[in-house]
Amino acid sequence: MNPQELLLWVRGTGLQLATAVCVLGMTYRLLHLALLGRKKNLAEARGSEWGPGLRTMWRRSFVLPELSARGKFTVVAGYTFHFGFFITLLFLSQHIAMLRAVLGFGWPALPHSAIEIAAILTLAAMIALLVHRYMDPVKRMLSGFEDYLTWLLTFLPLLSGFMLLHGIGPAYTQMLTLHLLSVELLLIAIPFTKLAHMLTTFSARWYNGAFAGYKGVKA
Amino acid sequence: MKDHDTLEHRLTQQGISRRSFLKFCTAMASLMALPPGTAPAIAAALAQAKRPSVIWLSFQECTGCTESLTRSHSPTLESLIFDMISLDYHHTLQAASGFAAEKSREDAMKDFYGKYLLLVDGSIPTKDNGIYSTIAGRTNLDLLQEAAKGAAAIVAVGSCAAFGGLPMAKPNPTGAAPVSDLIKDKPIINISGCPPIPSVITGVLAHYLTFGELPALDELGRPKAFYGETIHDRCYRRPFYDQGKFAKTFDDEGARNGWCLYELGCKGPTTHNACATTKWNGGAGFPIEAGHGCLGCSEPNFWDAGSFYTPLAAPTSNIGAIAGAAALAGAAAAVALSAADRAKKKSLQQTHEKLTVKDISN
Ligand code: SF4
Ligand code: SF4
Repeated sequence: MNPQELLLWVRGTGLQLATAVCVLGMTYRLLHLALLGRKKNLAEARGSEWGPGLRTMWRRSFVLPELSARGKFTVVAGYTFHFGFFITLLFLSQHIAMLRAVLGFGWPALPHSAIEIAAILTLAAMIALLVHRYMDPVKRMLSGFEDYLTWLLTFLPLLSGFMLLHGIGPAYTQMLTLHLLSVELLLIAIPFTKLAHMLTTFSARWYNGAFAGYKGVKA
Repeated sequence: MKDHDTLEHRLTQQGISRRSFLKFCTAMASLMALPPGTAPAIAAALAQAKRPSVIWLSFQECTGCTESLTRSHSPTLESLIFDMISLDYHHTLQAASGFAAEKSREDAMKDFYGKYLLLVDGSIPTKDNGIYSTIAGRTNLDLLQEAAKGAAAIVAVGSCAAFGGLPMAKPNPTGAAPVSDLIKDKPIINISGCPPIPSVITGVLAHYLTFGELPALDELGRPKAFYGETIHDRCYRRPFYDQGKFAKTFDDEGARNGWCLYELGCKGPTTHNACATTKWNGGAGFPIEAGHGCLGCSEPNFWDAGSFYTPLAAPTSNIGAIAGAAALAGAAAAVALSAADRAKKKSLQQTHEKLTVKDISN
């Protein structure tokens, strides 16, 4: 396979495979969770489920509790990385061009300089989180192979994308191939790892809120 | 017997001044990215060079490559190069036809066995014993194999001869193949492009005449001096790419301001060629200057790489349909396995056993 054939494969068949695995896996996981059903609660309801459920989804995502210094670092770096990641993913013009080709519609891009800042902050936050995970005895004890693997799988698309945009490293053809491959690896890993939290996190938060709400507890 | 005396002799005979010859050598040196000081050395070597015999075979092609080489305005480096080689067979350009033409090819092959340069344009059909393209009743495959035997080196001119080109596009009905797939025991140089830039063809020939060997090649067999950089590397619209300023249509404000053509499908970032520096039509310009993105014509598979107008970032196959099918399959699996879980739960309940997490399908 010459470099062009490899690039064509990752833009075509490779991307199809990765998308299929990711979508199939995630649909299965979410629907299976929903269909598991919950045991009928025989206790009388003292409040509603939906309101508290949605409120908890919102609060756990956007309202910060009082935190220790260590907690603050984790939350700030964590949020920086999550927001930075999505800004880079959704507002870089090249990504919008790709999404427009798939979805049939697009939206305005952010200037490259803004994306640049987001990408650098994201990369820095991820590195800081990795170092902290390793240095902090509690976090370190809680971390297993999967935590480091998912970190790597998330980091690689960002890093290769940054290098591609700046002409660092191998030629464009090879770098674009690597970037797309890293994205495909990430897509494939999502349903099988903790990365599935990108969707399940919200249903879990809803459930926590709804559970408390039913009992009439202020969530 | 053909005239194979030295070039200097022939140029003087034709009244070409030493001054214009030196100018040619300087242009060649800069084209091949050699230090300017090498021009006199090139001149000295070229002046003494014997005119090598060249056989040019045209197979499954559109004659665009020959057009590119001959239709450039004159006087050109390209016309000079024809004075340097003895083109003993080229069925489009030669005056002889029929048996006489074939005889000149056979004579050249015999007289200069092991020394002639073989230039090929067009791909070679291999399906059904190669019957899809024949010349004087013989298949292209047969002619190529015969001519390759006595060649000192083979130059594949154009993307068809180098990589298969348009005749090879899916479903490749004639089994078209590039020269390098069929000939394994000769040095081959690929001058890709659809068509290649004329001065790149002459540059390679001049290099061969000057140094007696083929220039340094990249992994796809292309001379590094011309294919070492991408169009994007040297594109004058590059600052706009870096700033993220893209034309969205061919006639919007961005297009009028000369912004980058990436979103309109430009393949410049992945295309190695000299268009942005050497330029076309005697240096007049290159396609991106005319407002159209690069098609990637000097790269293998450009003919099967999807639309010329979809951006490089876009997938080349239908992702939406696959995602839809995968979602349906995932939903079906979830429903089926949940139903199985329920059935299991029911039967356990009947025997008053408890369903545990371990019993549930994952
Ligand atoms: S027009 Fe094409 S080659 Fe030029 S900068 Fe834009 S993408 Fe690169
Ligand atoms: S700009 Fe691109 S498509 Fe056009 S001639 Fe050059 S390499 Fe070929």
